Amino acid sequence: MSKIKVARKSTLIDMTAMSDVTVLLLTFFMLTSTFVKKEPVTVKTPGSVSEIKIPETNILQILIDPKGKVFMSLDKQSDMINTLEAVGKEYNMTFSAEEINAFKVQKTFGVPMKVLRGFLAQKADEQDRTLANYGIPNDSTDNQFKIWVKNARIKNRDLRIAIKADEKTPYKVIKNVMNSLQDLNENRYNLITALKAPSKQ
Amino acid sequence: MAQIESNDGGGKKKKGGSKQKKVSVHVDFTPMVDMNMLLITFFMLCTSLSKPQTMEINMPTNKDVDPKHQTELKASKAITVLIAGGDSIFYYEGLPNFKDYTSLKETSYKSGGLRAYLLNRNIDAVSKINELKKKKNELKISEKDFKDQVTKLRTGPTTPTVVIKATDNSTYKNLIDALDEMSICNIGVYAIVKIEKGDIYLIKNKQTKGVYSTQFAN
Repeated sequence: MSKIKVARKSTLIDMTAMSDVTVLLLTFFMLTSTFVKKEPVTVKTPGSVSEIKIPETNILQILIDPKGKVFMSLDKQSDMINTLEAVGKEYNMTFSAEEINAFKVQKTFGVPMKVLRGFLAQKADEQDRTLANYGIPNDSTDNQFKIWVKNARIKNRDLRIAIKADEKTPYKVIKNVMNSLQDLNENRYNLITALKAPSKQ
Repeated sequence: MAQIESNDGGGKKKKGGSKQKKVSVHVDFTPMVDMNMLLITFFMLCTSLSKPQTMEINMPTNKDVDPKHQTELKASKAITVLIAGGDSIFYYEGLPNFKDYTSLKETSYKSGGLRAYLLNRNIDAVSKINELKKKKNELKISEKDFKDQVTKLRTGPTTPTVVIKATDNSTYKNLIDALDEMSICNIGVYAIVKIEKGDIYLIKNKQTKGVYSTQFAN
């Protein structure tokens, strides 16, 4: 046993300064950030020098993942209800109040009409998991995407269309979406990008 | 943990003249910092700082309003940019020349590639816009004036028009990069059109350095 006694020092650290800094950081984040919408697939948008900000309201966002699946989201719930009813009429489907409720709380939707009823009957977390596997059909034989966009436009005249696609999405998919929009005479739309400075290589 | 100690005498904080028992309160802030860290982590992960930006795009209508020969006339003065798969990009001026595969020039998305070529072609408008920018920074003209004049220059008669055609193998990023170059090189008149068989033939020819066309010759 050692005969040298080490003087015991107190291990209490004064945390006031640290909590000060963390409170400041926290306040900064709370005030300057916005909650991101829950999306079925994470999409990395390509960079662009354009500095035009995306408008906040009256937006129909078309989300295209690298595999070519198309999802849509409207920011107004009333728009969603009206569009759902209008599209249902085209396919001779009527929806009960619960189904309409289940539909309008979704942030992003995109299932073919055949499975829509079954999808709405699922619970919310199951819906989140299975949504990524669906996607609105966009082929020339069954262009449900066009019908959704057409009815969304009829129900809300001021709607603006924004396309959010991943960097690696093949042009073929984008071309189909753009052609469908052109057929509906929708010629003005926005492409959502991330900000980057022009490369100086 | 938090403690309250009472000191009968000899403490550092002495209220002048009072004979009260001095109590010093040590509050441990560690749980508070803990909570703050959790909240910060939550906000950092669930929120985004920047709002996404957009590019506005106008497409031509599908209905053929112009007679066909008018679009051909425009094509002869325009630069056609072909976006192919594998991040490769080509361009040719005016009408395509199917006999000579070197008429299709290959370029890149770097600043020395397409941008250098377009800035060169558009040198008139680019130099004028740079002068306008200087004037705006020195506050000689207003922001609105600047914007109006820039738009006029971008769509002016000396600015080349660009036709962008993309193959199915190209990615969305390629298209956005090409549209970016339009904006950086101050080209106001551009259009995204469907790629034609002739253009695909040109690309294949170029990539195989003329070997492709010999298959048809025989």
